[in-house]
Amino acid sequence: MKILVCLGHVPDTTTKVKFVENSTKFDQTGVQWVINPWDELALTRALEIKEDTGNPVNSVTVITVGDISVEPTIRKALAIGADNGIRIDMQPADSGVVAAQIAEVIKSDPYDLILCGIESSDYNGAAVGGMLAEHLDYPSVSAVSSIKYEGDTLELNREFDGGFETFTCPTPFVAVVQKGITKEPRIPAMRGIMMARKKPLAVVNPINSEVLTEFLKFTLPEAKPPCKMVDPENVGELVNLLRNEAKVL
Amino acid sequence: MAILVYTENWDGAFKKVSFELISFASKLAEVMGDTVTALSIGQVPENELSRLGNYGAHKILKVESEDLTVVDNQVYTKIIAEAASKEDAKVVLLAHNNVGKALAPRIAVRLKAGIGSGLTGLPENLDPFITSKKIFSGKAGSAIEIKTPVKVLTLSQNSFEVTENKLDSKIETFVPEAPTKGVTSRLNMEKQSGKIILTDADVVVSAGRGMKSPDNWGPIEELADLLGAATACSRPVSDEGWRPHNEHTGQTGKIIAPNLYFAFGISGAIQHLAGVSSSKCIVAVNTDPDAPIFEAADYGIVGDAMKVLPELISAIRQVKS
Repeated sequence: MKILVCLGHVPDTTTKVKFVENSTKFDQTGVQWVINPWDELALTRALEIKEDTGNPVNSVTVITVGDISVEPTIRKALAIGADNGIRIDMQPADSGVVAAQIAEVIKSDPYDLILCGIESSDYNGAAVGGMLAEHLDYPSVSAVSSIKYEGDTLELNREFDGGFETFTCPTPFVAVVQKGITKEPRIPAMRGIMMARKKPLAVVNPINSEVLTEFLKFTLPEAKPPCKMVDPENVGELVNLLRNEAKVL
Repeated sequence: MAILVYTENWDGAFKKVSFELISFASKLAEVMGDTVTALSIGQVPENELSRLGNYGAHKILKVESEDLTVVDNQVYTKIIAEAASKEDAKVVLLAHNNVGKALAPRIAVRLKAGIGSGLTGLPENLDPFITSKKIFSGKAGSAIEIKTPVKVLTLSQNSFEVTENKLDSKIETFVPEAPTKGVTSRLNMEKQSGKIILTDADVVVSAGRGMKSPDNWGPIEELADLLGAATACSRPVSDEGWRPHNEHTGQTGKIIAPNLYFAFGISGAIQHLAGVSSSKCIVAVNTDPDAPIFEAADYGIVGDAMKVLPELISAIRQVKS
């Protein structure tokens, strides 16, 4: 069993979002880049599955689409414990391009289980995993909040609005994972950081892929009017405001 | 030409979001000069199907098969894409929920369409097709151009008002060529019976570490019951195992947009706010007057949630009776 984890390279979630060039570009000044939080959870879970002896997992590979500036993100994943990394050398324009590029790599070197986070914390497209599966004509299971071996079969839990379902799916397939897949993302240890330097990181040339969407302009939300404070000794006033002013109760 | 809307049902009843989608599609069809076709998959009774006509569906396609009780992404993708081609749809619309997020990207690839996901309103412009969506989990907005003749769109829940537009619509059975049996198999299903679905809820009662202990959730649940609200929590609370993961709201948990959001003992980290800032009204109760939650809130009380909650519950009981 070979596992591939798709990694997004995104601004840290505490980033104060700003735009430049007449609000057409994200301001990268001072931004800390990290592994997309859901992808980090997916990677952690992949490693947990691999380390559990008895599970037939041979390797965990990570893949990212990006120019040389994303390499620290891949090295971090290797330091966390991935066996090897792949970087597709281009600046992707949208999620469609990312999915098409990764699909091409998988076609020439197949994996049994492909893990993607449910969305990226920057553009919130929630599209790469599903698109990838369709390009490959693989089955996909989305909103997966648990993945584990029962004997030699993978069992997945999928969340739907109002409950959970347990699935099995023949390999190869794409699992699009969310919160709950593992408790906490793993942090690289010193030994891992040293070892990561020697792990293989392949750089692959991109194929031609069509750009179907384009971000034209960005906006920041308008400032909210200040919060109306209510005396803690007069909670009834809050109910009055919610009923008669906000009209939400 | 048509706008094809995938209308999701739950146990044979359409979800509220399905009516939001039809209302959205109906307005979009008006400006595009198209008609609206609703696609229903699974067993839905005739009188429920006809409700889609109340909000502007011209035609309702139903696909019925026992196999389709379970959503298999490949099977559903093929059926929806096939319906889109048959209807010559220029826009395919789904909800931006777990099912929509699973299907829309697959459908987009199949139809060679550009995707606009998590939209919060009608497009700004039709030619070129420019639509707006929130990014950075609500910390910013954006305008996106979709350059393909066919567009796949997902609409954020609770962002478009259900509007009546009664049409004399017809219901047709659609028999897809694609097989209805998929390769995934469902072993088991657990329904959270009696609970209000968090992403569907009009009112959400949420609590954080300020509650001090998982044993203090009684009044949170009592208030939620009283208001017909869903319960939610902050990330530390779900990480600690005080509450289940599916209650975590915030950037990496659920992104919600209820009409009313109560935050008890939640300080309001930027990641939490990103998940709830689209709420129409936010009420915060926190002992710390400098907690960032008060910057995002509409109404606030500086005080101990455990003291405020019983008073709030009795005040609401009073006006309700």
